Amino acid sequence: MAETIISFKNIAKAFGDQQIFEDLNLDVHRGETLTIIGGSGVGKSVCLKLLIGLLQPDAGSIHAFGQAVSERDRRGMLRLRSRIAMLFQGAALFDSMTVEENIKYPLVEHNWGTPGEMDRRVVEVLEMVDMPGIQKLKPAELSGGMKKRVGLARSIAIKPEVILYDEPTTGLDPINVRRINGLILSLQERLGVTSIVVTHDMDTVFTITDRLAMIYQKRVAFVGTPDEAKTQELKYLREFIKGGKGTLNEDL
Amino acid sequence: MQPHHKIFFSAIGEMTYLTLASTRELFKRPFEWRLIVHQIELGGIDSWSITVLAAGFTGMVLSLQFAIGLEPFGASMYTGKVVSLGIVRELGPVLTALLVGGRVGSGYTAELGSMNVTEQVDAIRSLGADPIRKLVMPRVVAMTLALPLLTCVADIIGCAGGGLITMIEVGVTARFVFEQMVETLMVVDLLHGLSKSIFFGYLIGIIGCWNGLQTYGGTEGVGIATTRTVVYISIAILVSDFALTRIFLGIYG
Ligand SMILES: Nc1ncnc2c1ncn2[C@@H]1O[C@H](COP(=O)(O)OP(=O)(O)O)[C@@H](O)[C@H]1O
Ligand SMILES: [Mg+2]
Repeated sequence: MAETIISFKNIAKAFGDQQIFEDLNLDVHRGETLTIIGGSGVGKSVCLKLLIGLLQPDAGSIHAFGQAVSERDRRGMLRLRSRIAMLFQGAALFDSMTVEENIKYPLVEHNWGTPGEMDRRVVEVLEMVDMPGIQKLKPAELSGGMKKRVGLARSIAIKPEVILYDEPTTGLDPINVRRINGLILSLQERLGVTSIVVTHDMDTVFTITDRLAMIYQKRVAFVGTPDEAKTQELKYLREFIKGGKGTLNEDL
Repeated sequence: MQPHHKIFFSAIGEMTYLTLASTRELFKRPFEWRLIVHQIELGGIDSWSITVLAAGFTGMVLSLQFAIGLEPFGASMYTGKVVSLGIVRELGPVLTALLVGGRVGSGYTAELGSMNVTEQVDAIRSLGADPIRKLVMPRVVAMTLALPLLTCVADIIGCAGGGLITMIEVGVTARFVFEQMVETLMVVDLLHGLSKSIFFGYLIGIIGCWNGLQTYGGTEGVGIATTRTVVYISIAILVSDFALTRIFLGIYG
């Protein structure tokens, strides 16, 4: 049994009178790639944001690395965010800054090292995402797929142990989808990170996933391997998998 | 939908929180002087032309009106006195605040609003920084410093415009107008106006930023929030102007 490094326990969350989660439970194991699927607006992004303290649950608790997220003080939260990085859906690059300044942002905040060391780290991570030499460009000059990759470079700059991907391939063309999936896999292998990937794309689910979790009716309604998912009788899960545009639909 | 008074009080509460948090960040090392200077350049220096234009013409039109209005009392020659008092105590600070508020405050909302809906504000936090320190504090500080300075420019240009028209309409010399104004204007008049503009600057910064960080609902939401900011800021300036004037009359006389 793999070591559990993150666990959501009995999470409830509402915005105003809109209840998002009622009793959500989920464990994440060290080194795995867990994908989270679910319909639009079920709270997949909210789930990731709860984990790094961008949102607070109304009830329940989230433990990461043996400590409750809500119990962390300012420094503890800073430490948590250096260990868990997030790639936002639209990459969320800072428009007013160059690629280089974007990637240096977390390095500066976490006191990475000398300016020379930071420069070297920028070169390193840009190579990791296959985009060397674009330090001086502004986000507006990049395509959607390139933005995602720069966003990823920014997220991995401080060497996180866990990376959260919020719909990393949504809205990209097939070539970029494959490229991003490849990057998620290679980061996994090269850096040994734990990945949590929110996605709609069944291709992504079946090419990179160790385990799959489905959010349905305000909770995690299914967790298991993709193979287990295929043999499940759960109607909503089958429909979701069939509805996806994956090439593996045929053998379901 | 919540009742209006509840929304109002929660807004006041949120702005109070932003103010306190910004103040705390202002005194934390390292001092973010680059961000503040950058915001002063963007919001303050770029607003001087609109300020000059508005103040100049307001001073001129006031002189036209008073030159005629004071005629029946045989007091047209004192037009310069009246106009300079009106400009320095009231119209300089308020007009500048309304114009700069509309321009800069709505800009703050649009900028922070689009950062919010594109998750850039979340990104700042996830990367280990604090949006209040990086976004709100520099803008509020910049406006609080820049608006009084812009108001000084407005006062000078307004009085100059008013003086010019007094000379032309009433037929007095430049020297006479100038001496009249210097004789009339006291340090308290200046203090009165500038104290107000410090507060207006703070209001513009805090309302603009607060409403930006409130923004939801994509680019459409940004548009709605931006328009709303102009209304909120204008109302806040006009209402607080009355209250502040009452208070400062008590303090400065
Ligand atoms: N900060 C917020 N304030 C209010 N409502 C929010 C906020 N964040 C998300 N929501 C709402 O919560 C629901 C779930 O959002 P989200 O997690 O983004 O869905 P998705 O599963 O598509 O990622 C949506 O209806 C959204 O409008
Ligand atoms: Mg989402």
